[in-house]
Amino acid sequence: MTDLIHFSADTLAQKLAAKEVSAVEVTQAHLDRIDAVDGAINAFLHVNTDEALLVAAEVDKARADGDTLHPLAGVPIAVKDLIVTRGQPTTAGSRILEGWQSPYDATVVRRLRAARMPILGKTNLDEFAMGSSTEHSAFGPTRNPWDLDRIPGGSGGGSAAAVAAFEAPLALGTDTGGSIRQPGAVTGTVGVKPTYGGVSRYGAIAMASSLDQIGPVSRTVLDSALLHEVIGGHDPHDSTSLTDPVGALVEAARMGQVEGMRIGVIKELQGEGYQAGVLTRFHESLELLRSAGAEIVEVSCPNFRYALGAYYLIMPSEASSNLAKYDGVRFGLRVVPEGTPTIERVMGATRAAGFGDEVKRRIILGTYALSAGYYDAYYGSAQKVRTLIQRDFAAAFEQADVLVSPTAPTTAFRLGEKLDDPLAMYLNDVATIPANLAGVPGLSLPGGLADEDGLPVGIQLLAPARQDARLYRVGAVLESLLEATWGGPLLAQAPEITQSAGGK
Amino acid sequence: MTAVTDEVLTFDEAMEKYDPVLGFEVHVELNTKTKMFSSAPNAFGDVPNTNVTPVDLGLPGVLPVVNGVAVESAIKIGLALNCRIAEKCYFARKNYFYPDTPKNFQTSQFEDPIAYDGHIDIELADGTVFRVEIERAHMEEDAGKLTHMGGSTGRIQGAEFSLVDYNRAGVPLIEIVTKPIVGAGSRAPELAKAYVAAIREIVKNLGVSDARMERGNVRCDANVSLKPKGQEKFGTRTETKNVNSLRAVEHAVTYEIQRHAAVLDSGTPILQETRHWHEDTRSTTSGRPKSDADDYRYFPEPDLVPVVTNEAWIEKLRAELPEPPAERRKRLQADWGYSDAEFRDVVNAGVMSSIEDTVAAGVSAAVARKWWMGEISRRAKLADVEPAELGVTPELIVELNALIESGKINDKLSRDVLDGVLAGEGTPAEVVEKRGLAVVSDDGPLLEAIDGALAAQPDVAEKIRGGKIQAVGAIVGGVMKATRGQADAGRVRELILQRLGVEG
Repeated sequence: MTDLIHFSADTLAQKLAAKEVSAVEVTQAHLDRIDAVDGAINAFLHVNTDEALLVAAEVDKARADGDTLHPLAGVPIAVKDLIVTRGQPTTAGSRILEGWQSPYDATVVRRLRAARMPILGKTNLDEFAMGSSTEHSAFGPTRNPWDLDRIPGGSGGGSAAAVAAFEAPLALGTDTGGSIRQPGAVTGTVGVKPTYGGVSRYGAIAMASSLDQIGPVSRTVLDSALLHEVIGGHDPHDSTSLTDPVGALVEAARMGQVEGMRIGVIKELQGEGYQAGVLTRFHESLELLRSAGAEIVEVSCPNFRYALGAYYLIMPSEASSNLAKYDGVRFGLRVVPEGTPTIERVMGATRAAGFGDEVKRRIILGTYALSAGYYDAYYGSAQKVRTLIQRDFAAAFEQADVLVSPTAPTTAFRLGEKLDDPLAMYLNDVATIPANLAGVPGLSLPGGLADEDGLPVGIQLLAPARQDARLYRVGAVLESLLEATWGGPLLAQAPEITQSAGGK
Repeated sequence: MTAVTDEVLTFDEAMEKYDPVLGFEVHVELNTKTKMFSSAPNAFGDVPNTNVTPVDLGLPGVLPVVNGVAVESAIKIGLALNCRIAEKCYFARKNYFYPDTPKNFQTSQFEDPIAYDGHIDIELADGTVFRVEIERAHMEEDAGKLTHMGGSTGRIQGAEFSLVDYNRAGVPLIEIVTKPIVGAGSRAPELAKAYVAAIREIVKNLGVSDARMERGNVRCDANVSLKPKGQEKFGTRTETKNVNSLRAVEHAVTYEIQRHAAVLDSGTPILQETRHWHEDTRSTTSGRPKSDADDYRYFPEPDLVPVVTNEAWIEKLRAELPEPPAERRKRLQADWGYSDAEFRDVVNAGVMSSIEDTVAAGVSAAVARKWWMGEISRRAKLADVEPAELGVTPELIVELNALIESGKINDKLSRDVLDGVLAGEGTPAEVVEKRGLAVVSDDGPLLEAIDGALAAQPDVAEKIRGGKIQAVGAIVGGVMKATRGQADAGRVRELILQRLGVEG
């Protein structure tokens, strides 16, 4: 039953409910796939074989007993290794947490367990989610299933690549500046950053608390909606969690209707800096939406040009404080230097050895930006820009129900290509960052392959805060229109993964 | 013992030349059931590191949730200090690395305290009322407790390693900060003690803190500076940390005034620094330099939403406030019928609440006062503790008084009974039994002693017979001596008069 890995989560759920397949078979098929291809992809940092099969067996038994089960019960899932899990290591892609096991589950993990979804393992990421290529993982880069010499995006390259390589039908990601959507774009998968507060952050290792958000990674828009409904909703452990109910997201995805909707094209998120093949696919998508009855309007968000600058002040500022706890005192790596090991020297040596360069770069940036005498100019100004960006969004949503842009300016670049140029790397997130600064939801879905390199292009949809359903409603329509032009899912065009190409 | 190396002037010399300026930061630990930001129990004296959740240990992924009861306590304290209550206030992160702080930042409040611009009227021993202006009262969390092992002093210097107990980490604290206090002159030390006593009394009266200074529930940092008489500009201040008894506050302020005066007299500037208080030598030693530019990189805590208050809530809490201590004093003095001088003595001796409790337990105000101002105060002075700290309960006084009133023991014997009870020999009745302290109530031995006394002082006996009844005291004294105090003096007097055939 190797075909099992190619089914969507929705299809698997139906087959499980109809008892056409067992949860153990589905889970085993994905474990086998991981075994076969992950040597080349390196999407997983930990494979949770025993527990996943145990949960699957319990689901099968419960189903046989006639128990009422969650629709996704028995559908396996991969979890980004930034999200804490009992019984498995959680590393955040960092040496400083190597070997650490959380004594508690993240709220989203508790919800997966409550739905009885077998957790296949933990996926690779840029260290502490800091990066756009997954090359900053302390445990080696993840490779893009479309071309093993290329990056899978980041920071959630592991989750996106796992789903694109059919190692998992679903995965969880986290998105601080685009870490779910940009990997989705460059791997030809779907990724959603929910409204800030829509999904509990409790148990997501914090990079920038005011920007971080957990969200679904999948191969179809409907599958993301299904997963979003599992993980979303209020959590008393997260003070920033919204009290609203999660909303009828699955229904929106199934209904998929754009007729009469106003779809705004953001003037500032196209043109210079965007790869030609990306723009071609983007404009085709606009035409498809227009053909389906949507009204395409142009909106201007003039302050978006300051978004990247503001982001690279706010994010490192918060990160410098959030990452202070990794000091060797209570958990994780402890390095005791030669000579008299005072607490300052132990903390210093631990952090020097445990953090990678990108993490150190951001801690230093953030520490500087928060320093007395610089706070107003840097952190303070950045917060003002944030307000301006929120106003831009508010004005744009006066004119449009949903906004649209390319998810990333380019297709997947080559491994190592931007490793020595942090600024070039940061520019990859130029289109995704505004949503995090404003707290609005965003979805990336495959928009086809760029003509010049044959690599996936992502289309980003943005909606007002708490209107995540609109993303699914429009995304599902665009997805079906695009698949009609391709004659099937985009990932059907992806090359076979050969073990030799990458190798660990 | 800490060597004293500072030159000091006498207090009077210092006062001739300089005016002291005081300022206090008093930390009050709240007695909420759970901690400020977690569900861990807030309890004193438990096995180390048992009252902790992942939040209190700062484990990866955790998020704080504000304790609503602590916010109400903060508002009550603010109202009791005549403060304005913020309509909206924020938490902020105070960033610094220290192993008793699990996240390496303290969640506190910075620019927007919950309460600000208040005052409290402090009554000094002679009835002078001094108004202290309150700058702010803000919410924050306590740190853990470090124990330095292997050194001879218990201090970090010379220690081989340190242990940390996070039970206290996250305990809710309210920090109450005064505006600079000028004009106290030579009464500064007395005012310092009275101020801290007043804060302790207020928070205890509100029921928001156990207010036990010996457990660190109320901790005082005392700021002192001197300015030459007539000068407007304040001098450089020092901050003496953790002065944790009322006497120590008085002594520390006195010492710092004397030390500052000597330093200034020698023409040297005062070093702005923290000072450590040493109870053994009643002196301070240099801590660390503290400049106004200490950089804690404060920024708004992104994991918490603002605390928003409203008029109705504040008024509800205001209505729940107990009677303010000053009004309470007026009422109690009237109820008890004490003269101004008597009542002031009671207040200054710190036994007002004890008397109130004792009266409530069932003795007259006069009896309660006799005990607390007499025997118990005497013992407290000998032991150098506060009277309330001796362990004498209102119930004990009621029992002792009942024994006296029933004639079983007399005042003198009651002190021995108290000795026995405090030595753990049992209830007063049991001590009377065990120590054989009952007054001699069998008239036989008494009559024998009376006859002896009359025979020894025939001239006195004659005077009494002749109607000089006040002379009976000399005979009573002789009888008491003969019975080693174990006689009921009243009964002895009766018997003497009977014996001599005189009407009492």
